[in-house]
Order: sequence, then structure tokens, then C-alpha cells
Amino acid sequence: MTVPALAITGLRVGIRSDEGMARILDHIAFSIAPGCILGVVGESGCGKSTLIRTILGILPPAAEIVAGSILFEGEDLRAFSEAELNRAVRGSRIGFVPQDPYLALNPLFTIGAQLLEVMRWHAPGERRSHSTRLVELLRRVQLPDPEAALARYPHQFSGGQRQRLLIAAALACSPRLVIADEPTTALDVTTQQQILRLLRELVDELGIAMLFVTHDLGVVAELCDEVSVIYAGQTVESGPTAAMLDRPLHPYTRALLACHPDRSEGFTGIPGAVPSPLRAPPGCRFAPRCAGARPACTGRSPAPQWPEPGRSVDCILYEAKAAA
Amino acid sequence: MTPILEVQDLSVSLGGRRRWLGRSIPPVQAVRGVSLAVAPGEVLGIVGESGCGKTTLGRTILGLQRESGGEILLDGKRVSGLAPQAARRVRNSIHYVHQDAGAALDPWWSIGRTLEEALAIQGIGDRPARVAEVLAAVGLDAGAARRYPHELSGGQLRRVALARILALRPRVVILDEPTSGLDMSVQAMVLTLLRDLRVRYGLTYLFISHDLSVVRRFCDRVAIMYLGRVVELAPTAEVFAAPRHPYTRSLLEAAPRLTGRRAAEAAPLAGEPPSAARLPPGCAFAPRCARSSAACRAEDPALALRDGAEVACHHPLERAMA
Repeated sequence: MTVPALAITGLRVGIRSDEGMARILDHIAFSIAPGCILGVVGESGCGKSTLIRTILGILPPAAEIVAGSILFEGEDLRAFSEAELNRAVRGSRIGFVPQDPYLALNPLFTIGAQLLEVMRWHAPGERRSHSTRLVELLRRVQLPDPEAALARYPHQFSGGQRQRLLIAAALACSPRLVIADEPTTALDVTTQQQILRLLRELVDELGIAMLFVTHDLGVVAELCDEVSVIYAGQTVESGPTAAMLDRPLHPYTRALLACHPDRSEGFTGIPGAVPSPLRAPPGCRFAPRCAGARPACTGRSPAPQWPEPGRSVDCILYEAKAAA
Repeated sequence: MTPILEVQDLSVSLGGRRRWLGRSIPPVQAVRGVSLAVAPGEVLGIVGESGCGKTTLGRTILGLQRESGGEILLDGKRVSGLAPQAARRVRNSIHYVHQDAGAALDPWWSIGRTLEEALAIQGIGDRPARVAEVLAAVGLDAGAARRYPHELSGGQLRRVALARILALRPRVVILDEPTSGLDMSVQAMVLTLLRDLRVRYGLTYLFISHDLSVVRRFCDRVAIMYLGRVVELAPTAEVFAAPRHPYTRSLLEAAPRLTGRRAAEAAPLAGEPPSAARLPPGCAFAPRCARSSAACRAEDPALALRDGAEVACHHPLERAMA
């Protein structure tokens, strides 16, 4: 069996605040195989951004990893020092595509200066080969006129083109894993379709793994091989995308899919609100909003169950089924 | 039935400067010859990508932006050709809900004070009762009047934005991206509320959106815009089942759907829309269109009725093959 590009188990992250410890991430678990796109789906405040920051080791000072492991190609990222992460992981073996292509580029420097700096940092010397490689990359991400692009400034590119530039930047140092944080939310649908198509091609061609964070189930359905659903800092369900869309296991996944305009006739929504991580209920955090909740749900956290091969669900209802 | 709102050949140009020395900047044609009519109680969706002029169209109908040509009729009476202040007076049955509900509220003012301000401007008495009524109508409790915008969630802010205009008893409501930035579960509840309010207050909606999944479920008819023009206008079911304009078809195919990757994958639309400041002659979509011909590049097609749908295209898709 191949080593997963990224494997996270039992991850728990807390942030100290005036009102005590907030458990932003409670238990997160998933893994991504090389050549595979995993979609991490959740609503705002579910901990998607904290998860990315935890993997990249850029949590704010008040936050800390309380428990769990993050294995990147079999190595524990938590054991890496800041300097090692800077030199050999962030921007090189792990690439990052940010959400907003308008904010991620410095308006005062040319594209060439910004992108070549990344490459120089990770592989000093050979200036000429860097720019040749960069032009090749820009051509690969289908940027028009790649040679001239190096001398141009960010404002001279459209949103879609800037996202292509940032994808090229993420790929510049031949990463094994690319983390994409809602890379298409700022784009129009026709541009989004082009970018999703490009990401799929690049993953298939280069055999890299991709962690695609999004709130858009439609994008997950189009792009991702596997999906992991997060609710209030807890992984509730993971597995192949088609199976999740076809037969969602967790009550939250079911409720979320029922909200999607493609599925519902009337608009139902999910009553209640996501709990604050400071006052999260014990046990399953979805229990207060769950139609099928039982007294046991709020007593303890559910143990992950595998009701079907390759699919996991964290819900007490499935424990009973497994026991029966 | 007379349409409650009618727009005839409306054009809006934005910006543009003539300098004494140096290069003058020509204005951008944000809306170019748009005609549409909205029946009372109808929900008309206005769909297009950024820069297509959908927000400018909404602002012009409201009266914030002055039209450079064409007519706007409210209940069959002409209300165009006026300066912004006068335009707002005659169009005070039209109201607008901003895209970013949080940014549209004053952070230093309580919700109650914000809601009363609108009533005071319109000279309406018995304000506390009216405020309590509209807060209840949008599903907020009366205590919300004492709270401040930062204390409310995104979904609650949308409700406040709706309460604010309901207090003024609108007849036509322009909703600018009413669901953008909302989570799926909240979005569903906002849409339910909009649907209830429409029946309860007898409202007519202009629903500006880029989210095709929502438009498909919510709107009676849809106008598809591309670079300032309406390229297709038809009942929602018709547009989604059988798009006639090549741009509409590309747009529908690009929208992510829960059904996942399509079996016969159509190639994504190549390139990007040209800048509105440098429009190509003829049909603005021609440079990206697979069906374009010399006629498309020479003459901009007008919106014309073809078996049940209005389309602006020299080579529309046939109903059967679409």
C-alpha cells in the first residue's frame, strides 16, 4: 500500500482566549493518496481555515495542537522545526493556492520577481533555469503570452489569470501536496470551470495530492475524488464523493445536501446555529440540531464507524447498527 | 395586465472624462439597450457574470444611477429622465436590498434606530409599532431592535436588511445577490423567508444573482446578461431545459451541479469577456462563440421572440437540439 501524501488522525487544536480554551478543531481525521483530490467541506466557522493553518504550521501564537498527528509522506510534521518547515516544506513540498487572487500578489512587484523569489528561496542559484522553468509552468497553466507575463504587474491580469499565476507559484517547487483554500470562490462560473479543469489535469499529470477546501458541494461533485465533511471542528463523514452524494451517511451531511437548491423543492435549511467552540456541547456537536439525536449523543464523542468499505462516519446511530 | 415595472431600451454609461489636455477617457457602456417588463408578483432573475451590468441595471431602476437613454415605467407611468433625488421620490415603491447586509448597516446604530431612520425620512408615524411588526415578519424577536450589527450573524443581518425595506411598504424589491456569502443551510432559510414575504406583502422581485442553482428554484423568468445586454429572456424552466443563446448554454454548463461530472463533457468556454470599455463591434459574445459568423461581428443582434423565448442571437440554438 502506498504511503498517503497526508494523513491526519485525532487532530485537536485549541485557542486560548479570555473566556477559556476554545476547541476550534475537536477531532479531525482523513488521509489523501497521491494523485487524489480530497475535498474538505464545511460551513463557515467549522474550522476549515484553522485546519489549513495547522497543517502548514502557521497557527496564531495563542493556538496549540492539543492532540493528534499530521503525517506528510510518512513524516510527522509536528516534529519539524520552524526553520525546517520554511526551508523544506512550506512552498516547496507543500504548495498553497489561496482563496483571493486579488490579495495574494504584491501590486508593486512584477510577476517574475514574485514567482522567481519563491524558486530562488527553495533552490538557490541557477537563475536562468528558474525563469525557463517558470515560463514553462505559466504555459502549462494556460496563461496567455507567458514570456511577457514575467515583466507585468498583478493589476494587468484578470482574476482568472491571477489564479493561474498563483497555481503556477504553488507548483513552482514541484510539491507533493497542494492545499487549495476555496480557490474559485472569487471567480465567475465560466472562469471557475476553466480553473477546476486545469487543477484536475495538473493533479492527474503530476501525480500530486490535493487538499481542496470549499463550502461548495457542487464544486466537490465536479472535482473531488474523495470528500471529508467537517462540522464545528469535527470530521463527521469521509469517503468517495459519488457515494457521499448518492447515500450520505451522517445526519449533518444529509441535512446539508437537502439544503442544496439542486436537491430541495422547498427550502428547508437546518434549524439552529453552529455552536461556539467556547461552549461546544459535549459529545457530538451536531446533536442539538440533529433530528435523530438520542440522549447518548451528548454524553460522549462517537467512535468512527466504517459501515461501507472506504467510508467512515462519526455517529452514534451507526455504532448501534454495527453492534446489532 | 399592465406590467408593474417596465424598462424600454435602457442604456447607462458610467464614468468617462474629457480632459483639457491629454487623452480623454470614453465612458463605459454598462447597460446597452435593455428592455424588459415585470408583472406584479413576479420574480424576475437577472443573471450574469461580474461586469455584465446587472447591478448597474438594478441601481438605475432604483434611481441611484441616471440612465443615459431609454425609459423606465412604473405602473405604466414614465418615471425616467429625472435627477437622482427626484427619481427616488417618484419611485419610492421600489426598494433595494444590498448585497452585503453587514456593510449596509451603521455599526454605531442599534438595529431599531436604523429601522426607524428610514421611517423618519419618509415621514411615517408610529414608528416603534412598525419596527416591531417588520422584525416579527422577518422572524427576529423584538429584542433585536436593541442590538447592534456586530452582535448578529450573517443570516440575521439579511433579515434586518429585509425588515428595513419592508417597513417602507415596497411593491418592487431589487435583491442584489441576496444569498452570496451565506452558508447553504442559512441560504435555504433566507430564500424561504423571501418566498413567504412575497406572498404576505404582495411583492415583486428583481432577483440579481450569479448562482444558477438558486435562480432555477426561485425565479419565474430569467434574463441572462452579457456585457450590458440581455441576450436571453424566458421562463426559468425554458431557459434551463432549452437555452437558445450560446452564452446561456455555456453558462449553464459551467455551473457546478450536484450530479457531478457530466458524461458528455462540453469544453469550457474559452477566454474571458472583453473589457466593457473596449467592446468588439457586433455581438459582444462573438469572439468567444463557436457559432459566430461574419454577420455576428458586423451587426449586434436585437432581442427577438422565437418560439417562447426572447433571444438576441443571429444563430440561436434550436429548441430540439439544445
